[in-house]
Amino acid sequence: MTENERAARKKKIMHAVMWVVLLLLFICFVSPFILVVINVFKTKADITTNPLAIVGKHGFTMKNFPEAMKKMNFWRVFANSAIITISATLLTIVVSSMASFVIVRNQKWKACALLFSAMVASMVIPFQVLMVPLVSVYGGTLGVLNHRLTLILMHVGFSVSMATFMFHGAIHTNIPLELEEAALIDGCTRWQTYWQIVFPLLTPTIATVAIIDAMAFWNDYLLPSLVLTKKELYTIPIATQAFYGTYSTDIGLVMAALLLAMLPILILYVFLQRFIVEGVTSGAVKG
Amino acid sequence: MNRNTMSYKVKQFIMFAGPATVLFCAVVIVPFVYGIYLTFTSWDGIAKTKPLVGLANYASAFSDGEYWRALGRTAIYSLFAVILINIVAFLLAYLVTSGVKGQNFFRAGFFIPNLIGGIVLGYVWKFVFNRAFVAVAGAFSKGTVPSPLSTPGGAMFCLILVAVWQYAGYMMLIYVAGFMSVSDALKEAAMIDGCTPAQAMWNVTIPLMRASFVQCIFLSITRCFVVYDVNLSLTNGEPYGSSVMAAMHVYKQAFTYKNYGLGQAEALILFVICAVVGITQVYIGKKGEVAA
Repeated sequence: MTENERAARKKKIMHAVMWVVLLLLFICFVSPFILVVINVFKTKADITTNPLAIVGKHGFTMKNFPEAMKKMNFWRVFANSAIITISATLLTIVVSSMASFVIVRNQKWKACALLFSAMVASMVIPFQVLMVPLVSVYGGTLGVLNHRLTLILMHVGFSVSMATFMFHGAIHTNIPLELEEAALIDGCTRWQTYWQIVFPLLTPTIATVAIIDAMAFWNDYLLPSLVLTKKELYTIPIATQAFYGTYSTDIGLVMAALLLAMLPILILYVFLQRFIVEGVTSGAVKG
Repeated sequence: MNRNTMSYKVKQFIMFAGPATVLFCAVVIVPFVYGIYLTFTSWDGIAKTKPLVGLANYASAFSDGEYWRALGRTAIYSLFAVILINIVAFLLAYLVTSGVKGQNFFRAGFFIPNLIGGIVLGYVWKFVFNRAFVAVAGAFSKGTVPSPLSTPGGAMFCLILVAVWQYAGYMMLIYVAGFMSVSDALKEAAMIDGCTPAQAMWNVTIPLMRASFVQCIFLSITRCFVVYDVNLSLTNGEPYGSSVMAAMHVYKQAFTYKNYGLGQAEALILFVICAVVGITQVYIGKKGEVAA
């Protein structure tokens, strides 16, 4: 055996070992989800006697799903979550990309410099510092809690600084000034230039911001739980928490509720997996 | 059209940045400033008047034993979680960039916990610890084994384990980007100069990935310090309030015990500690950065 052959063989063995290690780690990572999926089709008694059995003594049951759906008011909370996530994400994109356009192109204006530095500085503030005054201003003084619109606007307000920062980078490095000058000569106003020239060129960053923010809004618990206290306005995380509080002993129902809470985003992940992983990576590396 | 007049500038700014400015100020700047004012009052959340009490809230915060115990617990939790998250994430990143089959599949798989909110994850793991673990351990020891969530040390261990599981996949993506940014030519050059693969990793790749380490450690510190969702759903501070983290203590102080001023003062102290730790880490990390 030549030196090269031996090296190639060693590499092959190494890869096989690494693959096995990866597979084992992967199984560890997804095992909690698999446990939920297994137990969702079992009766309460079967889960209690043996949560690891694939099929329980009483056999396969589909009962948990419809009951959990009804008790959780699933379609209602799903619609709430969807409305809030989609509108807040769209608004964040429009509002922050516009702001970053004026900031990048007019860096000498004091208002732009001030706004941008305030936004960058604010990114280190954790939500816990803002929640008490937020509730006291919007709940106590203005009394606008318990509206979806309030939550949507708050989501936008909290995410606008990060999104502006990302669009700022994209416009700064990727959009040549010459394009805008050409548009100006052709008679475009700044408004037209922005919507017809700049905004379409921002598509990759728009996708990144959309993925990061939509995931954050969909999964957020603390802010929605402070803003929405009426049952019919609940989002999926709040509804899950409320459901657990009421039915924690009925473990079959809990399994179904947890799976229902996870399913929408997991289904989306199956289709958009590549975009989500890329979006999160570029967001994290730039952010 | 004169583009240098004040009115043109104001119009442009309001047209493009107006909505962002208003929303940003309304939910970040105003509450932040108002929050500082609240720390000087003894407001209970209901009364119309907010009596000024000077620095009394800060004095109470510093003598609030529960708060400092929660902070200490958060520090221990964060220390272990941050170290383990980054070790696991780095190893995962190494494995999924080594060229084995199906590495994109694995990458996507390890990221799954990040798709799901902390509340749901906490309940899933509560089931794993309370039911599945108890069943497995019971079968092995032929007796009943209590859930790890029922002892203070066990609850802390569970919280750290879930944090590692939750964030490792996310940090892995950043380390993967770091691995990709180190060019193969440099590694090959090191090998030709006589480095073993391990030496090339230690002396070439890792120093060049310093920025990824700084970023991952910063992100994991800032996330662990304000952990709330998983804390609420997995342990809810139990047993005997032994797993109440700082963020949960702040929440309880303000909204459960109605000490808004004190709660806000404690939140501000938490923020300052978190910012100081995070910024120091970035400062130390950046100082030794090298470029190829």
